[in-house]
Amino acid sequence: MTHYDIYSIRNDFPILKSMVNGKPLVYLDNGASTQKPQLVIDAINHYYSSQNSNVHRGVHYLSQIATDAYEVTRRKLKAFINSKEEHEIILTKGTTDSINLVASSFGNAFINEGDEILISAMEHHSNIVPWQILCESKKANLKVIPINDAGELDMDAYSKLLNERVKIVSITYVSNTLGTINPIKDIIRLAHDQNIPVLVDAAQTIQHIPIDVQALDVDFLAFSGHKMYGPTGVGVLYGKEKWLNAMPPYQGGGDMIKDVSFEKTTYNDLPFKFEAGTPNIEAGVALAFAIDYINSIGLDKIAQYEHELLCYATDELLDINGLRIIGTAKEKSSVISFVIGDIHPYDIGVILDKLGIAVRTGHHCTQPLMARYGIPGTVRASIGLYNTKEDIDTLVKGVKKAVAMLS
Amino acid sequence: MSINALQDELIEDFSFFEDWMAKYEYIIQLGKELPLIDEIYKKPQYLIKGCQSQVWLHADYVDNRVIFTADSDAIITKGLVSLMVKVLSNHTPEEIANTDLYFIDQIGLKEHLSPTRANGLLSMVKQMKMYAIALQSENK
Repeated sequence: MTHYDIYSIRNDFPILKSMVNGKPLVYLDNGASTQKPQLVIDAINHYYSSQNSNVHRGVHYLSQIATDAYEVTRRKLKAFINSKEEHEIILTKGTTDSINLVASSFGNAFINEGDEILISAMEHHSNIVPWQILCESKKANLKVIPINDAGELDMDAYSKLLNERVKIVSITYVSNTLGTINPIKDIIRLAHDQNIPVLVDAAQTIQHIPIDVQALDVDFLAFSGHKMYGPTGVGVLYGKEKWLNAMPPYQGGGDMIKDVSFEKTTYNDLPFKFEAGTPNIEAGVALAFAIDYINSIGLDKIAQYEHELLCYATDELLDINGLRIIGTAKEKSSVISFVIGDIHPYDIGVILDKLGIAVRTGHHCTQPLMARYGIPGTVRASIGLYNTKEDIDTLVKGVKKAVAMLS
Repeated sequence: MSINALQDELIEDFSFFEDWMAKYEYIIQLGKELPLIDEIYKKPQYLIKGCQSQVWLHADYVDNRVIFTADSDAIITKGLVSLMVKVLSNHTPEEIANTDLYFIDQIGLKEHLSPTRANGLLSMVKQMKMYAIALQSENK
């Protein structure tokens, strides 16, 4: 494909042809979850029609092909983020599960009383609460890197917060609410200068920006399948082998053991040590097809296309009287959060829904961030690879209509 | 007027609206018009937490009747809240506790009362009935 063939891309997503409240669906809630291309839907169907069996268990034919299909995904994920080893890819339930795994397991091994864990003011609750739970049980302290009004990380404050008490930095690459792209390479380098490992929450990045975990030298990377055009219920934790080997298991059960007796259990090798129980196999299998799909277009091309739409949407929305964009960082991903005068975001969301436009309203699971801006929430339009200028035009028209009705 | 008579009246009112816009414009109008609650009751103890919009609810008990006042920070929610207050306020605790609120469904606003809807309205209806039941037992 030499140009961005939006018409054929949209054709790959059957749900985009839906009508909502008598209007053609305009889906701008991609930050919450993305729609699935036909080949991902077909892969799930195919799995249950001809591959279904438990993985890593049986010697029989179906178990073998199910395991093979499942492991293809691990291999493709390895290539997708360029991890050094395949067994550094842990398949989880999603980003939240991945972060909880590290908070619990790394926390168990390496966090002690008085230690500090460093996060930022723009974190999703999923990258706040697991650490709070850990801090409570270990009497450790959660420290927060502040942001400026534009929604950019205060890098000076970050440098000052790094000290020998900090045992891990856990930070988002792209803010789900503000769209800010954090200078992740610098963040990792500064932490590594003091031998502090870094976990990067890539839930809002993996579908927009190419990631090379070796080039970034990141210690842990977490993301979800369903935000990258794949199925729900599967996600990834990448971890450097040295950390994963040094960490105790997260959950106990089948698949994660070598030998079990009532006296002593020995654990399985990576990645299985962290994959207790039967996984979401069909989701795992179908995720490979989502990766293929993204690769068939090219993440660079997707990023460029989405950036053009972001600029267009920003200009068009700013034309609306009283509209204020929350999150105006120089480096931004395709997320636009906004408020209008004192109209409640919920009211705008209800009217937009009536017009067939799907956006997210509310605090976006970032309540501390909303408190930072002194607002109850925002309306958030988040762009995916299949959105068009027409989608943006419909959104802008819808917002104008909502404002006219509500003011 | 009985609770059901009030519900029937609202159902008739809403039957005149031709489309969703007219319906919502009316709800928004209700939301704007009604100064629903005394500022002194806009405190955390009167707050019913929805996920996105907040609703404050207060109940007074006068002459064996419950008088509800309420408010919300979102105007559509406030309009819907005012419909609830219209129907349930000024009735006896028994009437309120035993009522079946069918008008919401009939005027096509059922979606706003689903447990997954993040506007706190369902919790508000529950709270109104709880107040009524509490007052009922206090005054027995």
